[in-house]
Amino acid sequence: MPYVAVKGGERAIRNAEALLKAKRRGDSAVPELSLEQIKQQMQLAVNRVMAEGSLYDPDLAALAIKQAWGDLVEAAFLLRAYRTTLPRLYYGKPLDTSEMAIQRRISAIFKEAPGGQKLGPTFDYIHRLLDFKLAAEDNIFPAPASEEYDATAATPRVAQTLEQEGLVIPPETAVNQSRTEENASQTGDIIHSTGEGQSPDIEPFDITRQSLTTPTNRDARLQNLARGDEGFLLSMAYSTQRGYGKNHPFAGEIRMGEVEVVISPEELGFDIAIADIAVTEVQMVNQFKGSKEIPPQFTQGYGLTFGYNERKAMAMALVDRALQAKDLGESLDGPAQDEEFVLYHSDNIEAQGFVQHLKLPHYIDFQAELNLIRKLRRDYEQNTSKSESSDGWQKEEPDEMESFA
Amino acid sequence: MSSSPASSSPSNSPPANPEPGFNFAYLDEQTKRSIRRAILKAVAIPGHQIPFSSREMPMSYGWGTGGIQVTASVIGQDDTLKVIDQGADDTTNAVNIRRFFKKVCGVATTERTEEATLIQTRHRIPEIPLQEGQVFVYQVPMPEPLYFIEPSRTEANKMHALEEYGPMYVKLYEDITKFGRISLAYDYPVMVNGRHLMNPSPIPRFDNPKMDMNPALQLFGAGREKRIYAIPPYTEVKSLDFEDYPFAVENWDHACEFCGATDSYLDEVVIDDRGGRMWICSDTDYCERRQQERSGTTKKLA
Repeated sequence: MPYVAVKGGERAIRNAEALLKAKRRGDSAVPELSLEQIKQQMQLAVNRVMAEGSLYDPDLAALAIKQAWGDLVEAAFLLRAYRTTLPRLYYGKPLDTSEMAIQRRISAIFKEAPGGQKLGPTFDYIHRLLDFKLAAEDNIFPAPASEEYDATAATPRVAQTLEQEGLVIPPETAVNQSRTEENASQTGDIIHSTGEGQSPDIEPFDITRQSLTTPTNRDARLQNLARGDEGFLLSMAYSTQRGYGKNHPFAGEIRMGEVEVVISPEELGFDIAIADIAVTEVQMVNQFKGSKEIPPQFTQGYGLTFGYNERKAMAMALVDRALQAKDLGESLDGPAQDEEFVLYHSDNIEAQGFVQHLKLPHYIDFQAELNLIRKLRRDYEQNTSKSESSDGWQKEEPDEMESFA
Repeated sequence: MSSSPASSSPSNSPPANPEPGFNFAYLDEQTKRSIRRAILKAVAIPGHQIPFSSREMPMSYGWGTGGIQVTASVIGQDDTLKVIDQGADDTTNAVNIRRFFKKVCGVATTERTEEATLIQTRHRIPEIPLQEGQVFVYQVPMPEPLYFIEPSRTEANKMHALEEYGPMYVKLYEDITKFGRISLAYDYPVMVNGRHLMNPSPIPRFDNPKMDMNPALQLFGAGREKRIYAIPPYTEVKSLDFEDYPFAVENWDHACEFCGATDSYLDEVVIDDRGGRMWICSDTDYCERRQQERSGTTKKLA
């Protein structure tokens, strides 16, 4: 018996790690990737890892990508595990995205929006032809000079135009409406002050410090979606467009750029800007036919991600709107409208772990299952031979076995 | 198969300095406190699941992060830790978790059940009875016993609140009508303290009776599902059954090939490609100790 797979011990684990490191490095004749190269030239990967890793730090995200051998889910996992060791010192004040230093801004609902439209760096209108010239190195691509656009001027949100006419529910009202029963602070682990602009009696939920239980509210939902798996959200959003919880969305506004993060430590009593971070913000405008209590109007789906992460932010906005079905009294007919289904299956760090844990030894449970199935088969054979003589009651073949946990 | 003296195992090691750069037991003190609060609540309501703010650990969810967080919150410098997976101290996952705690705590470790003050387990309860003062930590994949009947946790919570456990009995009854017996081999549901239906984690039903009136404190951690529950010492734990179909554990037609035990949970080991099998104790500590007593040597799988 030369090989028993599950008993390896420390040496096997150490060797596996060493082998991984060697394989990850590849051919040593090829220069090693620098973190700066990853940060500069694979920015969208860095952005995704920061968003799903729930930590805004491009340097650490680049390191995680390098360490994870290019596996972005694994890289996000590394960031999350590191994040666990960091204390929560302050809660930032709500980001003011109307003060964003805009790099890209589009609206699909008005031809002209106050503040103007700006395509920015986008794949949208590029023919997806493989650029063979790019295969050669030492390319230089000068950026065109931006014209007549003051990136520092405040840009009002398109949705405000609709809010002024009362055609859309402002988000603050929507949150308050869904908060009739206060169940968010039931774990009671944290007490913290809220920023201005929110009613003081509402403390936002914190999914990184409190256990998410259902039913829950929009603040917890949005946090969960913001770090949810991009692929999962994309498919969920897509399913609503194909009729599973249909709710036709319009891209009210998509903007991307840098915003200031401000904290206001109680012991100091004034605001401090601690960082500028790049975010993508999406406001979808969706139809709503109204209910007995609410007149017909538009509703909003909201998406926000770290970095330039537009596909994810749009998907998030669609799913956010789908999940408001419960609060708006709409019928629930698609999985994207099912809060438990979406929130408990969106996190790829959780999902990858549990799916892959099937690799761990399960031979105790399998032994128990073996013993059971042998007994069941003995019963079956006895009953079959009995029923052949008596032509009586016949046992069914066992058709369901419990899954291995 | 190899023979080796029992004392040379790398799993028994004295305390050492933890690696610098980490807080003791990895988690920061605030997080440990919040987990301890959840544990206290869990002890106060035996078998009831308490939500806790589970953190991402440097191991994947599903690989014992709940048990690891519980262990990390209760472990102290003077503790002696034992880690088992599938009953064995030398399976890769057990080795890995022990290695982690050695790295971040530097505590003493042991393979001997009675020498440990703190035991973390996956899928088994040791054959040597636990004692007063010991803390026994289970890794739990699915804390909700009703999940395969009612996948919505919102609904399942209501069922627990109302003690609405009829559907579980119906499921067991359906097993009996279909198969003539209850077809649950592990994850076999128990009633704790006469009130809460509880998932014992995927231990085989063979181990269920060991939970009842156990003198040790039993803690259950589910990291991904973010739940903690507990069985305080000397608490009644009853496996669900019917008067005419009483609960029974499995037994084997074999004795352990190495130590001759007939009272332990046996692993079936395939030894060749012609269907050859042998049966050995799943609890490696128990098996090696019995072999020592009988012959002074130890056989184990290579």
